[in-house]
Amino acid sequence: MKLRRLWAVARKETLHVVRDPRALGVSIALPMLLLMLFGYALTLDVDHVPFVLWDQSGTAASRDLVSKFTGSPYFTLAGAAGGYGEIREALDHNRALMALVVPVNYGRDAAAGRSTQVQVIVDGSDANTATIVLNYAEAIVQTASRELGVRVAMARGLAPPVDPLDLRARFWFNSDMVSMYFIVPGLIAVIMMLIAALLTSLTVAREWETGTMEQLISTPVKGSELVVGKLLPYVALGSLDMVLAVAAGRWLFDVPLRGSLLVLGLMSLVYLVGALSLGLLISIVTKSQLLASQVAFVATFLPAFLLSGFMFDIANLPRALQVVTYAVPARYFIVLLRGVYLKGVGPGDLHLEGIFLLVFSVLMVGLSVLRFKKRLV
Amino acid sequence: MFERLRAMLRKEFIQVLRDPRMRAVLVVVPLFQVIIFGYAVNTDVRGVHLGLLDLDNTPASRAFVAAFTGSGYFSATRDLASPAETVALLDRGTVRAVLRLDSGFQRDLDAGRTAHVQLVLDGTDSNTASIVMGYASRIVATYGRSVLVEHAGRTLGAAPPPSLSMASRAWFNPNLDSRFYFLPAVIALLVMVISIILSSMAIVREREIGTMEQIMVSPIGRMEFILGKTLPFALIGFLDTALISVLATFWFRVPFLGSPLVLFVATGLYLMSTLGVGLFISTISRTQQQAMMTAFFFMQPAILLSGFIYPIANMPRPVQWLTFLNPLRYFLVIIRGVFLKGTGFEVLWPQMLGLLVLGLALLGLATTQFRKTSG
Repeated sequence: MKLRRLWAVARKETLHVVRDPRALGVSIALPMLLLMLFGYALTLDVDHVPFVLWDQSGTAASRDLVSKFTGSPYFTLAGAAGGYGEIREALDHNRALMALVVPVNYGRDAAAGRSTQVQVIVDGSDANTATIVLNYAEAIVQTASRELGVRVAMARGLAPPVDPLDLRARFWFNSDMVSMYFIVPGLIAVIMMLIAALLTSLTVAREWETGTMEQLISTPVKGSELVVGKLLPYVALGSLDMVLAVAAGRWLFDVPLRGSLLVLGLMSLVYLVGALSLGLLISIVTKSQLLASQVAFVATFLPAFLLSGFMFDIANLPRALQVVTYAVPARYFIVLLRGVYLKGVGPGDLHLEGIFLLVFSVLMVGLSVLRFKKRLV
Repeated sequence: MFERLRAMLRKEFIQVLRDPRMRAVLVVVPLFQVIIFGYAVNTDVRGVHLGLLDLDNTPASRAFVAAFTGSGYFSATRDLASPAETVALLDRGTVRAVLRLDSGFQRDLDAGRTAHVQLVLDGTDSNTASIVMGYASRIVATYGRSVLVEHAGRTLGAAPPPSLSMASRAWFNPNLDSRFYFLPAVIALLVMVISIILSSMAIVREREIGTMEQIMVSPIGRMEFILGKTLPFALIGFLDTALISVLATFWFRVPFLGSPLVLFVATGLYLMSTLGVGLFISTISRTQQQAMMTAFFFMQPAILLSGFIYPIANMPRPVQWLTFLNPLRYFLVIIRGVFLKGTGFEVLWPQMLGLLVLGLALLGLATTQFRKTSG
């Protein structure tokens, strides 16, 4: 490997990137856009859930219960219903996510100090939202239940009942429950793979398709020089994205970086080189830009997004897919990033992930160099 | 005209299907994605790994712990030897939460005092943590109620304080299986990715490798060229929709309550929009890489701002308005309605109208732009 030739290839590739302002723009703007979206627009937290009310009781007691729902920031009354048919219609048209049904004997039971029940119907299509909505509703009903107990006891001249149990919850690592703390480290891993899918996966295939590969073959450039030279400008671009993402996390979203910045930087570089080489390898093997784009999407971006624990918990996957995730480098990188970011754990606790990433990276660069043949087929 | 269009279509099919690897990609990639999506996209919080630290170790504390382990929400519970272990287990992610009962739990319960229970949760994933917290409060409330009833039973003649309870039912998805919600959406997603990427790269490729000039000198007209470049991908879009619908219904057992006709019409309307976007991208790109990057730049926000995973109702108001320009937004409501609720044209017509308007506008924009750039 000669440094001069390596440098020449890197310069040529840099010119390709710089001369195409759109590619350059997208590779910086897209990661920023993703960070902004996740930071400001996307959340699974639910509030102002629209619900319809079927109050068969129509008493002061039932109105008191309903006011607990409407007074909570989690629920908004979207209208009244006069039966299950109307509830069905409201849910069908997505006008409401939930229906509260107060039975006809509610007021009588509450006044007489008897136990009673209300019905909550939830649109189960979106299971996550439905679960959260049910949890909110349950909490409100529990409060109402406690008040009912106290009121009845006082009316009978008894001491108010004591809650037998009190649950105290503490959230570690993210005591304010800010989802950005969780998202930012994962997003960094996804963005790096995105750059690989968009940039390096097409670069060698393009040379084959447009015929400039023949010119490269006729030069004294060696395969390894070509591979490494083509990687260098993209590593620089990816590192820029990385720095921007970490900076945005730190100053825009106040995500605490509890671990070492050095560990973070080094491991990101290792992962980045591996991801970009994977893209390059796809490009070398397919030799067609259309094919490379499809393969790259499935091999780089999709697993980083779905099988890495970024959004969906690996523990929830079926066993067979859990095994597959061991081959997804983003999985290790995300564990590492979250560890460094949120738990402040050092290299000692995460050396296994680090070693795996290193192996992945070396393997990808090695395979790219081996598979690249300077020969016309 | 039809003869020339047929020739053009034949050329396109040959070009796409000539490479055996591309043939494989067109079938294998969607299948692969459905399998991955079908199994991976899952927001159910079940089988949470729970650590148990019972420092009281009395019949009462053990009964309470049994209420947790028997609830079905938690699995693979693990007994901690000492409080110090909490940190290590949560750090390594072995458990999601640790339930801690201090000594005196039974004494407090028996004396009619409030017994304190502590739950330490790994808050890293805040959505999962708050759902786990919800499960725990439900278990605690139910158990607390049974304690009250039992206490009242011990004192002769005393009735337990009245309670208000909640009977809950989830319509359309009684077991709250999130796969039912996501799999129909995967169809929308895949059709978009495939039709936009293929159509946007198809025209640019001719330009990049120089065959565009050969087409220009042939008697093929602009409309025939555009149709030739979109119809094959519309066909692939329909085929993928059918393929994935069958897979979702028969393999993943997602209920399909609506009519295939509604789905077919809606898919056609939806393809108008996605192919319009693909065509437009190809008119403003010079290289395939540019086309692909532009396609991604459109699709990433389109997927995230569609209600696919993140509900639109949770977004800030200006962003919610922006989603009206997103074809995926309308199609998701339609496809989820058709699959899970069995709704038809009478409920879904506003969404279909939205797709029609958007599709006509995008196709119109793309053809005008195409005329300008290729003229």
